[in-house]
Amino acid sequence: MDYITWRSFYTVLVFVLFIGVVWWAFSKGSKKRFDEAANSIFDEDKKSNLNDSTKQESKNNE
Amino acid sequence: MSQTNPQQIEYNLKVVRQFAVVTVIWGIIGMSLGVFIAAQLIWPELNFDTPWLTYSRLRPLHTNAVIFAFGTSALIGTSFYIVQKTCKTALFSNRLASFVFWSWQTVIVLAVITLPMGLSSTKEYAELEWPIDILITLSWVAYIIVFFGTLVKRNTSHIYVANWFYGGFIVTIAVLHIVNSMAIPVSFTKSYSLYAGAVDAMVQWWYGHNAVGFLLTAGFLGMMYYFVPKQAERPVYSYRLSVVHFWALISLYIWAGPHHLHYTALPDWAQSLGMVMSVILFVPSWGGMINGIMTLSGAWHKLKTDPILRFLIVSLSFYGMSTFEGPMMAIKSVNALSHYTDWTVGHVHSGALGWVAMITIGSLYYLIPRLWSQTQMHSIKWINTHFWLHTIGVVLYIVALWISGVMQGLMWRAVNATDGTLTYSFVESVVASYPFWFIRFVGGLFIVAGMILMAVNVYRTIRAGKPTVEYVDAPVEHSSPAPTATQSA
Repeated sequence: MDYITWRSFYTVLVFVLFIGVVWWAFSKGSKKRFDEAANSIFDEDKKSNLNDSTKQESKNNE
Repeated sequence: MSQTNPQQIEYNLKVVRQFAVVTVIWGIIGMSLGVFIAAQLIWPELNFDTPWLTYSRLRPLHTNAVIFAFGTSALIGTSFYIVQKTCKTALFSNRLASFVFWSWQTVIVLAVITLPMGLSSTKEYAELEWPIDILITLSWVAYIIVFFGTLVKRNTSHIYVANWFYGGFIVTIAVLHIVNSMAIPVSFTKSYSLYAGAVDAMVQWWYGHNAVGFLLTAGFLGMMYYFVPKQAERPVYSYRLSVVHFWALISLYIWAGPHHLHYTALPDWAQSLGMVMSVILFVPSWGGMINGIMTLSGAWHKLKTDPILRFLIVSLSFYGMSTFEGPMMAIKSVNALSHYTDWTVGHVHSGALGWVAMITIGSLYYLIPRLWSQTQMHSIKWINTHFWLHTIGVVLYIVALWISGVMQGLMWRAVNATDGTLTYSFVESVVASYPFWFIRFVGGLFIVAGMILMAVNVYRTIRAGKPTVEYVDAPVEHSSPAPTATQSA
């Protein structure tokens, strides 16, 4: 395969891969997993920890 | 209530604390240097006829101090914090993490010494000479091992999106630094680039623009994807969009470099390619910005009461603004007007002071009380004052340089209709720029004043608290003999 053919092939490959990423990210199957991931950063706030000297006050007067 | 699992791992917050403190200090030093050289443009006598204080030597020191001392210290520190928190494990190696800190600070101190001495490879944002480049490489390799080692030993199934952005930043910077710093040393303090002519220029701006794309953008987006949801106390607007955002951003940014070389010896097709890829970059950039800002959707009232959140969200507005401006300036016909003028400098600072500095400041205000066992910063009011000082400073800065930049571009291209000679000499455009340079200088003073207020606030917060000791439960199936930590209550 010469250089130009390879580059053309590569461009199409990257395009297809990108469409694949979009399809995968927005597919029904991965919604639950992604929602869990998005909320995972709040896990530490949920569990009551003995070592809670750093427990932050909510900043929003709610 | 009670611990279900006696086995606990202690987070390494020490290295995060170290990086957080030096970020504030380097921020003040780097930004003060910027104000000083801005003053030199108005009052050239300020070099005091000393070679070490000339603009040409202090300008690279300013850029190195804000990008590699302030910005990169913030990135390494926050990445060490986020990777531990989101992977629910401690750093891969405390000793290596400590090496990253001390080697990186050594690099910066060496920059502070060598750049005023006039030792420079002359490559923009890569001025440091080859022995320092080698130290940077060692430090960065240690950083790669600590960061990715922590990802490998994580106790979660999913790798949170912030880590993807940090990971992209870390790997790309390693590649960029090594390729662009290839040089032939002729002495301990002097080397020449391995590349020649237009290729050297292209390698330099492939490096230069990706330093913007991966260090000043992808890295700080990692910060955004953690601290914005945390401070807003709600998950990111769309996690799926963040996945697409990541892949789109990293696959596009790498091509944008040639827009720094419009109308030069670089082949025309490469210039056009760089232009097109830069324009397309608008899409993932704004996707990410919208994702960050919309995280506040339904909770906009929080902006009224929370100055930290205001820092974070306004930083995203500046990010949106400069990622609209950037693609526009990359268009060749616009670049013909803007290039080499103050407009470029204004654009960089709307990104650096608006986006990078504000997201960093907001993240530090979130982080510092948590690192020193406090519930909040010493003074919330001061954070609000800092917010306004910084915002006014940035607006003064960028508006002044927009006007002077467009003015310079128009003056340089103006020709007399009768004989085609230039209407203005270069020095006339310099004279016309003075008022705007003064406004820029005043804007800089506002920003440094805000940073000093931040330093006092940080100092008071640290003095009132004590270093946080925080543990995370080791998973039950984790059979390795993790040391049983006895908690001091």
